[in-house]
Amino acid sequence: MNIQLTEEQEMLRSSARGFVDKECPTTLVRQIEDSESGYSPELWKKMAALGWMGLAIPGEYEGTGGSFLDLVLLIEEMGRGCLSGPFLSTVAVAAMAIAAAGTERQKQELLPQIARGEKILTLALTEPGGGWDADSIRISANAMNDYYVISGTKLFVEDVSITDYVLCVARTNNDDGSENGITVFLLNTASLGLKYSSFNTIGGTQQYEVVFDSVVVPATNIIGEPDNGRTVVRHMLDWGAIAKCAEMIGAARQVVDMTVAHAKERIAYERPIASFQVVQHLCVDMLTYVDTSRNITYEAAWRLSEELPCAQQVAAAKAWTNEAYVRITKMGTHLHGAIGFTRDHDIGLYYRRAKAAQLAFGDSDYHLEVMARELGL
Amino acid sequence: MDFRLSLEQEAARREYEAFFEEVMKDSPESWFGTMEDMYSSEEGNAFYRRTARKLGERGWLAMSWPREYGGRAASRVDQLLLQEVMGDYGAPGYDVQGLGMLGPTLIRHASEELKKEYLPPIARGEAMVCQGWSEPNAGSDLAALTTRAVEDGDDFVLNGQKTWTTGARFADFIYVVARTDLEQPRHKGLSYFVLNIAETKGITIRPILSMAGRYLWSEVYFDDARIPKRNLVGEKNKGWGVVLSGMEHERSSLGGWILECKHNLRNLVKFCNETRWNGEALAKKPTVRYRLAQMGVEVQVGLSTQYRLAALADQGTLPMHEASAAKIFATQLYTRFSEMAIDILSQYGAVTQGSKWAPFSGKFEFLYQTAPGWELAAGSTEIQKNIIAQWGLEFPRP
Repeated sequence: MNIQLTEEQEMLRSSARGFVDKECPTTLVRQIEDSESGYSPELWKKMAALGWMGLAIPGEYEGTGGSFLDLVLLIEEMGRGCLSGPFLSTVAVAAMAIAAAGTERQKQELLPQIARGEKILTLALTEPGGGWDADSIRISANAMNDYYVISGTKLFVEDVSITDYVLCVARTNNDDGSENGITVFLLNTASLGLKYSSFNTIGGTQQYEVVFDSVVVPATNIIGEPDNGRTVVRHMLDWGAIAKCAEMIGAARQVVDMTVAHAKERIAYERPIASFQVVQHLCVDMLTYVDTSRNITYEAAWRLSEELPCAQQVAAAKAWTNEAYVRITKMGTHLHGAIGFTRDHDIGLYYRRAKAAQLAFGDSDYHLEVMARELGL
Repeated sequence: MDFRLSLEQEAARREYEAFFEEVMKDSPESWFGTMEDMYSSEEGNAFYRRTARKLGERGWLAMSWPREYGGRAASRVDQLLLQEVMGDYGAPGYDVQGLGMLGPTLIRHASEELKKEYLPPIARGEAMVCQGWSEPNAGSDLAALTTRAVEDGDDFVLNGQKTWTTGARFADFIYVVARTDLEQPRHKGLSYFVLNIAETKGITIRPILSMAGRYLWSEVYFDDARIPKRNLVGEKNKGWGVVLSGMEHERSSLGGWILECKHNLRNLVKFCNETRWNGEALAKKPTVRYRLAQMGVEVQVGLSTQYRLAALADQGTLPMHEASAAKIFATQLYTRFSEMAIDILSQYGAVTQGSKWAPFSGKFEFLYQTAPGWELAAGSTEIQKNIIAQWGLEFPRP
C-alpha cells in the first residue's frame, strides 16, 4: 500500500491550482453564473489547450491516457475555484463511458474531438418523479428497423443548450422497471423533436427539462449493448458521484482556508476571533470533515481506476462528503458572521453550491440505500 | 497511489482468519469482544493472555518493531491488517498500552539495556502494560502532575498517586511520569520511568468501578517506591518530550474502535435480517435501514482513514494533527455506534448481561456506559482539537 501521489500527479495538481487561481477568479465564476450559456468558451479553450479534456482519454484517441484518479485530482483543484461548467459531465462521465463501452467507430469519432475541447456532452438520466435507480427509467425507445424512436421527458439535465450530444438513458424493454431493458443512446442535441427549457437552481447553474418527442436515433448510436445498459449507467453514476466528491473536497478545503483566514483577521473584543477556543474548534471540525472526505474519495477513485469492486466505497464517499461539505459551508458561513449571508461574499457561493452538489449524482438517501443493500440488509 | 494489499498481505489475512476462527472457540461466556474485556474480569484477562502468547509465538504482535527486540520490521499496514482481522472476530491479543505506546517509546528513547529487558516480553505477549500518567488533579493538563521522584543513591524514590490506570491490576509493567525538579517550569521538571510492578516495593493498587460496575481502572499509589536509575527513559527532566512522542504513537495505533464497529455492524445487520418484530423483519424498517447504512458509511470512512494513517506512519510522514483527528473520529463513532445499536434494539437493548432477553448478551448496554470514556482517555476530544488547531491550522494557543 502506498498513498503517495506520483511526481506527475503532484505536477498536475500544482499546475491546475495555478491555472484556477489565475484564470478563474470568483468574479468570473459569478459572470458565468449570470450568463445565458452557463459556461465560458474562452476558459474552456484554455483548459483544452492544457490537455485537461483528454486527461483520461487513451493516447490512441488524442488523450494523454491518465487514470480516473488523475481526473479526480484535477477536478478537486477546479472545485477549489468553483470552476464547474460542463467539464464533469463531458469528461468524467460521457468520455469515460464512451472509452469504456463505446464501439471503435464511436471512440474514433468522438474521443479526439472531446480531447480537443470541440465537443460538449451531458447526461440525461433522471425523470420527473424518478431518482437514480433503474426502475425510475420510464422514457421509451422503440426499435424500428435500424433506428429507435425515443419519447418522454428527462429532468435536471445540465448545460443542454451548449452541448453537442446528450447521453440519454431509455427503456427498450421490460416496462416493469427491472434493471434489464435499459439502453444508453448518444443523441445529437440538434435532433428533430428534442426540445428543452431551463430553470435556475440554488447552485447557480442552469438545468433543463428535456422533452424527446419521437426523436429518431440510429441503432449505431447505442453506447454499450441494447437492453443491457445498466452496467454503463452504474459506471456513469460512480464516475459522476466520485468526480462530484472531488469537486466538493476541493471547494470544502477552500472554505476552510477562507474561514481560517477570516478568523485570524477579524477583531472582536480587541483580539482576533481566531484566539477563541470555540472558533478554533469549529474550524477543526471543518478540517476533519474535509480530510475524512478526501480519504474515502481517493480510495473510491483508486478502486474505480483499477476496476475493482467499489460499491461500498462510492456510496460511503458520496454520502459522507455530501454531509461533510454542507456542514462545512454552514460552519464557514456562520463564522464569517452576517457578511457571509450577502450576495457579494464568496462564502455564499460555496454555501449554495454545496447544497446543489449534495443532490447531484445521488443524494445521501440514495447512497445510504445503496449502502444498506451492500451491507446485506 | 496504490491501496492494494500485496499477495503476501492477502495470504497473511487468510492465515489470521483461520487463527482467530480457532481462537474464538475458546472464548469465555462473558466475552463481549470489546477493548475492555481483557481488563474487566479474571476470565477475560486469562483469555487475552492465552491468545497474546499464541500471537507472540507466531511473531504477530510486535510486527513493526526491529528484529532485535522481538519484532519483524514489518510495516504498520501489516500490523493494522492483523488488527482488522482481530476486530472482525472480536478477538483479544493486542495490548495497545504495551505494543502501541510503551514499545515505540522505548525503541525511540530508552537505553539499550532497558530495551532488551522490557521489549521482548511484550513482543512475546507475556507482559501486559499500564500507563501511570493521570493523577487526581492532572488529566488533560498532564503537566500539572505532582508525583515526585527524588534521587537517592542509585535509585529514584517515588511518592504520589496515579489514577484511571486502565488494567493496572493485571499489568506487569507500568510507565510513569513524575516530577524530578521543582525549580524548573512545570514541563521541564518531568521524567519518564518504566518499571516492573512485581519487583517494586511500595506500590498499592486499588480498584475503581466503572459506571457499568466493572473493575477497569485502578488507583495506583507509590509510597517510597524505589526505582533503579537505569529505569529512566530518556534524560532526567526531559520526560515531557518522551510523553509527547508516546502520545503520537498512541493516537495513531488506536484503530481498534473502528475495527470493533465494523465487527458489531456485521453482527447487527445479521440480527436485523433474522429478527421479526410485529411480523416484520427489523431490516425492513426504514429507520433501521437508515441507521445501519449511516454506520456503514462511517465505518468505511474510518477504515480508509486508519489505513491512510498506517501508510503515513510507514513513510515517516504522519502529521500529529491527523493522528489527533483520527482519534476523535474513532472514539466518537464508537460512542455513536453503541447509542445507535440500543436505539435499534429498543427496550431489549437496555437488558444487561445474564438475561435471555438481552440481545448480544447485553453488549451494547455495556458499551453505552463505557464507550464515551474513550472520548476522554488518551487525550480528550477537546485536547485533540487544540492540537489540530495549533498544528493543522496554525492557530495561536488560546
